[in-house]
Amino acid sequence: MSDAPFTDHYGVLRDALPGHDLPWLSRLRASALESFSVSGLPTQRRESWKYTSLRPLEKVGFGVTGAPRACISIDRAPSLLPAASEHHRLVFVDGHHRADLSTLGNLPEGAELTTLREVLTNEPDWLEAHLGAVSGDPGGDWEQPLLALNTAMMMNGFVLRLAEGTVLHDPIEVVHLGGAGDRPLAYHPRNLVVLAPRSQVTLIEHYTHLGEQPYYANIGTEVSLAEGAVLHHYKLQADALDAFHTATVHAEVGPDALYDAFGMTTGARLSRNEIAVRLAGEGANCHLNGAYLVRGRQHCDNTTRIDHLVPNTACSEIFKGVVDDQARAVFQGKITVHRDAQHSKGHQLSKVLLLSDKAEIDAKPELEIYADDVVCSHGATAGDLDHDALFYLRSRGIPEPEARALLIEAFLAESVHNIAAQGICPALMSSIGHWLAGRPKEI
Amino acid sequence: MLEIKNLHATVDGKAILKGIDLTVNAGEIHAIMGPNGSGKSTLSYVLTGREGYTVTEGEVLFKGKNLLDMDPEERAGEGVFLAFQYPVEIPGVPNTTFLKEALNSVRRYRGEGELDAMQFVKLVREKTKMLHMSDDMLKRAVNVGFSGGEKKRNEALQMAVLEPSLAVLDETDSGLDIDALKTVADSVNLLRRPENALVLITHYQRLLDYIVPDHVHVLAGGRIQASGGKELAHELEARGYAEFSAGAAA
Repeated sequence: MSDAPFTDHYGVLRDALPGHDLPWLSRLRASALESFSVSGLPTQRRESWKYTSLRPLEKVGFGVTGAPRACISIDRAPSLLPAASEHHRLVFVDGHHRADLSTLGNLPEGAELTTLREVLTNEPDWLEAHLGAVSGDPGGDWEQPLLALNTAMMMNGFVLRLAEGTVLHDPIEVVHLGGAGDRPLAYHPRNLVVLAPRSQVTLIEHYTHLGEQPYYANIGTEVSLAEGAVLHHYKLQADALDAFHTATVHAEVGPDALYDAFGMTTGARLSRNEIAVRLAGEGANCHLNGAYLVRGRQHCDNTTRIDHLVPNTACSEIFKGVVDDQARAVFQGKITVHRDAQHSKGHQLSKVLLLSDKAEIDAKPELEIYADDVVCSHGATAGDLDHDALFYLRSRGIPEPEARALLIEAFLAESVHNIAAQGICPALMSSIGHWLAGRPKEI
Repeated sequence: MLEIKNLHATVDGKAILKGIDLTVNAGEIHAIMGPNGSGKSTLSYVLTGREGYTVTEGEVLFKGKNLLDMDPEERAGEGVFLAFQYPVEIPGVPNTTFLKEALNSVRRYRGEGELDAMQFVKLVREKTKMLHMSDDMLKRAVNVGFSGGEKKRNEALQMAVLEPSLAVLDETDSGLDIDALKTVADSVNLLRRPENALVLITHYQRLLDYIVPDHVHVLAGGRIQASGGKELAHELEARGYAEFSAGAAA
């Protein structure tokens, strides 16, 4: 047996893992485990991990649990949506589904939101066809140790399916609460979003915490958008400040479909969002936007990869960050326009405010263009707050801390207000406000 | 109200102000005129506490308090206001948010209660109405995409909301055509109170046709070279600054 971290969890979990009686799934898990055992956690020797070290993760000594801890009682899981708004929600605590906190009642016909476990029980064949269909083999050409680890250990997650032409007006919210265990826990949620032609939905993922224990969430998500489908995918990662969060998203965008993603990071000691989008049908479009606010010794990594595979595809990508104290942020954005993808448009921008001398950003924009008739641009800026603006505000009586907060908020507000689902803007702005006030948002 | 005594200041180690003496009393309007590079803008920034301007000698008292010891926000709280020559654009901050934050900061400083959203809207509507401004400017980000005239009117609106006792208008006429200049001057005149004072910093005499000063000072070479009544402005217009600049160099 390898001594790669977490591999011992497999033996502990084996019988608790859902679908352990399904041969195809056991084979998939075994091959993923083997791949991970060989690779171990990615190290900084790997080009795509050059700026992020997972060593702190190995030092914690995470355990696993096959069952939810029953004694956690909360009346209601926090929401990013106004209390009165109609929406559907699924709640997970330490990676385990909590049906008692979820509300799935009135989904319209053609829409299904359920758990991975349930689909495994009721429709294993569907899952066999879809699991890994977008992400590919995690041990394959593009080695993905964290996704392999996820595949080997996945316990649960959500599955969102829309039938052709189904348009959901009310957003779907998935809440993940961590830290509820009595010891540090690691878990590996696996999610699937499969939208049939011309279906539309807004999906909100909210990661936050309950208890005091450190935890490690290693998430894998696959998104498949058929012709003309639209997914607005928003995520707030406000995990505990001693938590670890790694998320791998693979999205395949079909003809005239839109993948519109926005992720905001305020939490976790170390986080990495790795998003890979394949624009695979003519007219496919993606918006990959993000905002992050980190301080102390937080480390926040956003790594994206967008592949334009066919003609007339478009992407725009804007990441804005605020880095204070000794925190460190990483932005790696790769856009590849393949030879056939003529008339494609790609636009990428990384803007960062560094609020202290020791704050750091490693920005690595990469454009690889193999087609000759395309419009692509990228840019990266990093700097302090505008001194002239700061003086202007102070000269009007606004004390320096408030003036700084106002300017930082304004810097990020633009990104938040561009979100199509206006319903979550107040919650995101309030997260920014809480961060600026130097305290985590109460849940 | 304002007493400037033997004020010396440097920028990047270079002496710009070389001994300014000036007293401004409540109810008075003073114009400080001078050629480019004479130290006019430096004086306005020293009075409002901008970074990078170092006072090497002298003192400034405002209502008897040492102004130079205060942060910019404290000076605003005490009632000093600078209308900027180049108002700063602040993307993402709505003008109303800015005005409300400024007003409530100043009110907190003065020990007055903060205004809630309703009270603030009522007050700002009164002010825009008084200055014949449209509410449209309130919704836009601070000065972003404003014309030169709009920026200066926005300065006047801030002044109207904050009600300073001393307003320093730095080259308010620059970049304005004659109609815009008249509009801004009208706004400033509307805000005049017997208990308040104005200092107009200007290169040209034309602003003084609309805001008539009680005292005119000629600033050249970092010092006040001459003081007089409003007729001095007309003399300057006719004869230029040459003799004062020569005097300063000597």
